[in-house]
Amino acid sequence: MISLNGLTKVFPGGVRALDGIDLTMADGEFFALLGPSGCGKTTLLRSIAGLETPTSGTIRIDDRDVTRLPPGDRDLAMVFQDYAVFPHMDVTDNIAYPLRIKKVPRAQRNTTAAEVAARLSLTELLHRRPGALSGGQQQRVALARAIACHPAAFLFDEPLSNLDARLRLEARTFLKRLQRELAVTTVFVTHDQAEALALADRIAVMSQGRMIQIGTPAEIFHRPATTFVASFIGSTPMNLLPAQVTPTALHVAGATFPTPPGLAPGDHVTYGVRPEYMDLSPTERPDAFPGRISVLENLGTHTLVTLESPDTLIQLVVPEGDEPPIGTPAWAVPRRSLLYRNGDLLPTP
Amino acid sequence: MIRHVLGRLAATVFIAVVLAFFTLPMLWLASAPFDDTPTITTSIPDFTLRNFAAILDNPYALGSIRNSLIQGGGAAALVVVLAALAAYALSRVRVPGRDILLYVLLLLSSVVTGTAAMVPIFELATRLDLIDTHLGVVLVVSGGLLPAAIFILKDFMDETPTSYEESARVFGASPLQILRHIVIPLVRPGLATIAVWALASVWGGFLFQFILLRDPEKAPGSVILYTLYTEGGAPRLDLISTFSLLYSLPVVAMYLFVSHRYGFRFHGGIKR
Amino acid sequence: MARPTSAADAAGLGRGRAVAFVLPALVLIAVFLVFPALWTIYLGLTDYRLTGLAAANPQVVGLDNYTGALEDPRFLTSLWLTILYVGGSAIIGQAGLGFALAWILRSRTGPLRRVVEGVVLLSWILPSTVVGFLWFALLDRDDGTLNALLHTPGFAWLLDYPLLSIIIFNVWRGTAFSMMLYSAALENVPPSHLETARLAGAGVPQQLRDVVFPHLRRHILTNLLLISLWTFNDFTPFVLTGGGPEGRSEILPVYVYRVALRDGQLGVGAAISFLILLINLVFALAYLRLLRGRRRQQEVAAAGGPPA
Repeated sequence: MISLNGLTKVFPGGVRALDGIDLTMADGEFFALLGPSGCGKTTLLRSIAGLETPTSGTIRIDDRDVTRLPPGDRDLAMVFQDYAVFPHMDVTDNIAYPLRIKKVPRAQRNTTAAEVAARLSLTELLHRRPGALSGGQQQRVALARAIACHPAAFLFDEPLSNLDARLRLEARTFLKRLQRELAVTTVFVTHDQAEALALADRIAVMSQGRMIQIGTPAEIFHRPATTFVASFIGSTPMNLLPAQVTPTALHVAGATFPTPPGLAPGDHVTYGVRPEYMDLSPTERPDAFPGRISVLENLGTHTLVTLESPDTLIQLVVPEGDEPPIGTPAWAVPRRSLLYRNGDLLPTP
Repeated sequence: MIRHVLGRLAATVFIAVVLAFFTLPMLWLASAPFDDTPTITTSIPDFTLRNFAAILDNPYALGSIRNSLIQGGGAAALVVVLAALAAYALSRVRVPGRDILLYVLLLLSSVVTGTAAMVPIFELATRLDLIDTHLGVVLVVSGGLLPAAIFILKDFMDETPTSYEESARVFGASPLQILRHIVIPLVRPGLATIAVWALASVWGGFLFQFILLRDPEKAPGSVILYTLYTEGGAPRLDLISTFSLLYSLPVVAMYLFVSHRYGFRFHGGIKR
Repeated sequence: MARPTSAADAAGLGRGRAVAFVLPALVLIAVFLVFPALWTIYLGLTDYRLTGLAAANPQVVGLDNYTGALEDPRFLTSLWLTILYVGGSAIIGQAGLGFALAWILRSRTGPLRRVVEGVVLLSWILPSTVVGFLWFALLDRDDGTLNALLHTPGFAWLLDYPLLSIIIFNVWRGTAFSMMLYSAALENVPPSHLETARLAGAGVPQQLRDVVFPHLRRHILTNLLLISLWTFNDFTPFVLTGGGPEGRSEILPVYVYRVALRDGQLGVGAAISFLILLINLVFALAYLRLLRGRRRQQEVAAAGGPPA
């Protein structure tokens, strides 16, 4: 278990990379730190590792306060974005390196390295240098090296970002299965929401050094806590439309809905609906957004349709073959929507 | 078309002339050492290896190569160790005033040349009792080579991703273990370059060795070469040419080794 | 990813250890480089001599050494010779020949290029004292290879044309640096630009003027500054002519050597050394100014000078 309490990091020069982070990661959990570049997620990971010293706050690993401990005493293993597989050592020596530091005799550490390597299908490569390995193989060597030291937790910094698209999917599945098997607490950093959704048991979304939302992938996807999270999560971004509140109705981009309780006229309200949660209607309806089909983007099994109305663009996804021709008028009917006041999610009635 | 052919022809002639210009002085080095009765003129030698035997008999020749090795090796070792430590710290830790320090170092390395500092260095060496010592030459030469060496090595270190060291650190390696296991192997090409550069600088260096060493027993090959005269004051061409050849070979071999081993990357004033 | 402190201390060295790592090098530099430079300034203000009364008890004579040097016709001649030497051998000779070679060899591969580059490079890496003798043998009055080739027996190149001899010698010696720098720089000229110019019908001179030189401007300046600095401080011609005959090839480094160590006027020598320092400083500042703003300081290290 890793718990962070009021963790703050101010860099010389005044940049507040972490701003009072409170977070607990349970034993065996696969935990994602998600956010855009510069949000502080990497600083957070590096602080857990001990590579950055927090300005204030505490870090506890299994109820041991490690805030001021050097990285080597924290019983963690970290896999870096570039894998940091030492180019001057062969695969065996790389995997056995943590054991070498722990003064394990050579014969024993080579045996351990071979065992771990076998588990990650690296046996054939044991005597190669990293220069002769592919990106995916290097990643597995880095993982093997992390596993070889039996740490209390793994830290992964952007584990998939250096792989090409096809390999990334493969590695993602592999990583998830490996984590399940090892059942060791794993924290990883990513800027890719799809990666976070696919891998993690829980996700923490960060922005500007703060935690914005912590939850399971389903929670984060279905009920993003703020418009920031809403626009960040999902492979096609959520439609976020300004809404006018009147005592009787909510007016959004040409559609009218009943005003939910708790909203008052003049509130700054945003109406959010995912492209996947809308249907296309060929006929006019009051609870649908009117527009004209302006762009069709083929996504394979689905098509992303852009509906152009005088003052906004609305995107929705329709099954393949259901696209109307470009230029025809159409109405988008939301099935599942969210309301945000001043950027924060309103409880759904 | 004709212009093209003419251009091609001019280029070829130019290359031929350049080749002749650069080769001409070297021919003597290739022929005279093997000549029975060498003159200053380059000629087809009456082949002999006697000159090599003669050079072995010279009281100072072999010793001077040993002196060159001591001074060059000493300076190379000192420069590599000190520059590597300094460059590593400067590359990895934000010491206050680092940028100014580097700027001043760079300035010094080009401004304070042997020519400009010849008088005080002679004075300094006299007062520190370093005249006629190998140590004197090593220290003086190293002081001059260090700023540039630090700069070049810092460049090498800056190019090495810090994630290697951080990775080792998370596994519990101490700073000195990191240096030994990770950093030094990673920048080995840079260290080799600096070592060869320092050794070559001392090997061919003349001014400081000439000023600081009076005793021919201590003089390196580059100075001894100028003592190979007959009692009448005429140059002993057999010895000079043979010794020149022997003295040049290690330097050329070192460059070939480094360029073969680490590639011949052009890096400013030195080759790496 | 923004990692503001990843460079702060990757290996966990800590400030104390960092300072301990830097210190030995700094001490050596301070004692054998900075201190002599400062001492040069002091010595230049005294009448210090190698031997005699002033050796034991040097007096401060103020700026006498400087005024004396500036009034010494031999100093002024030496300065003029140095300017000719630097201009002729470095700026015209090495840079010109180096560029010509880089340009002609740039599109060639194979043995010819390797041989030419190898020979030019060899002349750079041979020990300078050896090189001195090679040229001695080439230019000798009675049996020199050159006289034999040109059928001009008895022509004393080093006596009749001492300055020209050391200029040509230095071109031979130092062209490799310019050639390599320009070769590397020419690789960075986008081929598409040259092709565009060629398609537009530009000849070689126009291509050079309109495409190549604008791209190479910084490299050319860097190169000229560095080779000027090195040539200006080059002591090697001493092994060829010893400054003679009658001081006709006595460039400043040789002049300092003669005044200070042969004539024993250490104070005067130091004063002239300081003038050399000042001139070096101008070159170095110009060079550093040029580097500023360039992120990849590729040629920074060049300030170290060529191998001797």
